[in-house]
Amino acid sequence: MAERKFAWPARAENTLIGKDIPRLDGVAKASGQAKYTADINTAGTLFAKLLTSTLAAGKIKKIDVDAAKKMPGVKAVHLFKKVGDDVRWEGELIVAIAAERAEQADDALKQVQVEYEVQPFFVDEANIVRAAQADRTKGLGKNAKGDVEAALKTAAVVHRGYYGVATISHMCLEPHGSHCEWKGDDLDVHLSTQNVSGTAGQFAEPLGIDAANVTVTSDYEGGGFGSKFQADEWGVACAKMAKEAGKPVRLMLDRATELKVGGTRPSGYVDVTIAANADGEVVAWDSIHWGTAGFGGGGVDVNQLPYPFDFPNRSAAQIGISCNSGPNRAWRAPPHPQLCAMTQTAMDDLAAKLKMGSYEFFKKNLKHTLQNKADVYAAEMEIAAKAIDWKAKWHPHGEGGKGPVKRGLGMALHRWGGGAGPCTCTIKVHPDGSVESFLGSQDIGTGTRTVIAITLAETFGLPLAGVKVNLGSSKYPPSGASGGSITVGGVCGAHRRAGQTALWQIFDKVAEKYKIESADSLVAKGGDILKGKEKVCTWKQACSLLGQMPLEVKGEGPKKDGLTADQVGGVQMVDLSVDTETGLVRIHKFVCVQDCGLILDELTARSQVLGALIMGIAYSLSEERIMDNKTGRYINADLQNYKLPRIGDVGELVAIMYQPDSEYDRGVVGLGEPPVIAPGAAISNAVANATGVRVPVLPFTPKRVLDALKGVHA
Amino acid sequence: MAKRRVVTTTINGRQTEFLCEPRQTLLEVLRDTLDLTGAKEGCANGNCGACTVLMNGRPVDSCLVLGVETEGAVLETIEGVAPVDGLDPIQQAFLENAALQCGICTPGFIMSCKSLLAENSDPTENDIRFYLAGNLCRCTGYDKIVRAVLDAAKKRNAEPAPA
Ligand code: FES
Ligand code: FES
Repeated sequence: MAERKFAWPARAENTLIGKDIPRLDGVAKASGQAKYTADINTAGTLFAKLLTSTLAAGKIKKIDVDAAKKMPGVKAVHLFKKVGDDVRWEGELIVAIAAERAEQADDALKQVQVEYEVQPFFVDEANIVRAAQADRTKGLGKNAKGDVEAALKTAAVVHRGYYGVATISHMCLEPHGSHCEWKGDDLDVHLSTQNVSGTAGQFAEPLGIDAANVTVTSDYEGGGFGSKFQADEWGVACAKMAKEAGKPVRLMLDRATELKVGGTRPSGYVDVTIAANADGEVVAWDSIHWGTAGFGGGGVDVNQLPYPFDFPNRSAAQIGISCNSGPNRAWRAPPHPQLCAMTQTAMDDLAAKLKMGSYEFFKKNLKHTLQNKADVYAAEMEIAAKAIDWKAKWHPHGEGGKGPVKRGLGMALHRWGGGAGPCTCTIKVHPDGSVESFLGSQDIGTGTRTVIAITLAETFGLPLAGVKVNLGSSKYPPSGASGGSITVGGVCGAHRRAGQTALWQIFDKVAEKYKIESADSLVAKGGDILKGKEKVCTWKQACSLLGQMPLEVKGEGPKKDGLTADQVGGVQMVDLSVDTETGLVRIHKFVCVQDCGLILDELTARSQVLGALIMGIAYSLSEERIMDNKTGRYINADLQNYKLPRIGDVGELVAIMYQPDSEYDRGVVGLGEPPVIAPGAAISNAVANATGVRVPVLPFTPKRVLDALKGVHA
Repeated sequence: MAKRRVVTTTINGRQTEFLCEPRQTLLEVLRDTLDLTGAKEGCANGNCGACTVLMNGRPVDSCLVLGVETEGAVLETIEGVAPVDGLDPIQQAFLENAALQCGICTPGFIMSCKSLLAENSDPTENDIRFYLAGNLCRCTGYDKIVRAVLDAAKKRNAEPAPA
């Protein structure tokens, strides 16, 4: 007899959980019917455009919008700055204009007159010496344990190296933006957001209205990657202009502005001393790193370095650099990709100095990984090595072949939390047997709709089509923001709880009606209610016992009941070649073995991993923000010069989900962030393996590779 | 300011007239005037392919085409791809291969694929990677898109040719 406790079904009994299930919103997306924020076009919608600062630093002496206001079609003007305000980076918002046509708004912006008092700026974020001379540095603390000095003295091998990762942007293909429409005192906002439930108040407060008067809707979102949690000043401006004009207004950031103000991932540059004993075990880590998170300074958190290892003796110090550049925002797995690239490259060089293979060296040091995952990492390393044929292909660093094109292997590993986030949901089981769910969550590509439908359909023994998921509105029960890989665990835990609670109530009614001794002996499967193998009634008949009103049950989470867990890890290995004449790096095969607890939809899970790998390849090989030291400007803020990989630029990507029963039994853990963490280190290590030269700073553009090969210091 | 023009085109099989400013792009006309929002704006300067539509059978970045240039043209947008009773094999293959995540790039990819398969019914992986180089995707990892196109080609070739 089944006990009434919250749990996932026994793995072997699942009909949906863990299978390859195409995402439910795929049809809408593939047919162009899905409405994203920029697609909201209600009658009379005005178009808003932005004037941004062309200076990296200055004080505003004059802003004159009088002429602009008189331009044809102009209905509202918003000033982000006033005379006397500072401009702190190029691209800061100055004025927005809403007009009947987009080109009218553009014309009007040309009439705006802004005068600045020019001030000195600093954007040379990799250069700690110049930053100190310009008085732009600030100590951000130290994190130490053990006795580094003593350990260095007795170590068998000591390696000193310099490594770095440039600043990148989020580059969501759908930029930030909103469509705002007032209906009396109520404000409807369509927002491109990762935070449906948390942004109504961010609009209400600056507008001086109650949060109850604001509805935030986000049915579809074209990427966020950590940059879309806020209403943002441009969102509030959109609402204000809609009020002023008495018409709906749509304000989407243009691509250049998106890159300059929509969020960046901080850079990190590190000088490391790392040492090992003769067995190849790391005994000491000593580092100082710097970088920028924009004007406020900041950078890569010192408390998490080295990553994800805790060596017996370690010391890490951090310096933040204040640059006249746009602010950082959480970028997928913050700041683990930088931590990983700053740590595991140095480890790999130490291995080479020890004349140890990377595989053996990492394996030896697994005991120092955080969270007691050494066994899982070891198993994952074995699987990855087999998939990439490590044994046959491995050679010591620098022996990548005689010709100009050298081939190499590299690896790295990562960890992430991914515990379930907060979620409340309401599910309704209707007397006709249909099921629906309501929650203020969002589907940012996560597959949120799909995994909820899988959870409920599996719980009630229904096909996927028997369940309707309603999300994307702040009027639904609040659910956490989608960031940090907490969504799937959060929403599925809450739905499983609500589903099981509803099912138990239905079982009670069925038992009473059909004179079954114990309601707990019933199961719902294949559209029927069964006792053992015997059919008692259909699902529809069971639901008709509810009477006229639907059964409504609330689900909550997270809870410590075993439905969800946290802590995941993974191992990545890459096989690539480096053309030493052109500096081009070409990925042949990239393998990721990833654990993430119980997998609800394997197709979507693999898809998340592959998507993360491509983002990893992007920041490893081509993608970076380039600031011009002479003008302080972000000079590649467009999709031509901000280089993302294209479909011909990547080799074979392989996602292997590590899922023995021990993983299923852990419950659901989030997956979006972790696979994006290790590519930087893995690719860097493979290039070092191929060429015998460490290219210090990611991304490995041809110039950086050639410079390193020629021995030019970065 | 130049005068608005009336433009007559065929969009998704239907004769369509619209009024546009000489400087309005086809993308703006489709999205803002005709409410065909399936074509997306990712960059507005020809670098992402999210706005791809077919003009006289050839894929174009609609952000680089002026509305007035489409006088007399036959246009096809993502909204016209699916038959009334379901999905085109390309769309189906994108779903089954998880070749879409956030989905904002998907209409552009599908339009480019449609044109690819019209030109070359049995493309190799290389052909696909070459032909789709103008379309950017930030989320999927591309690999699944290649699989989807190979799959779609296979399915289309297995179907009896329309009478
Ligand atoms: S919007 Fe046309 S190519 Fe990007
Ligand atoms: S699926 Fe998001 S950009 Fe391609």
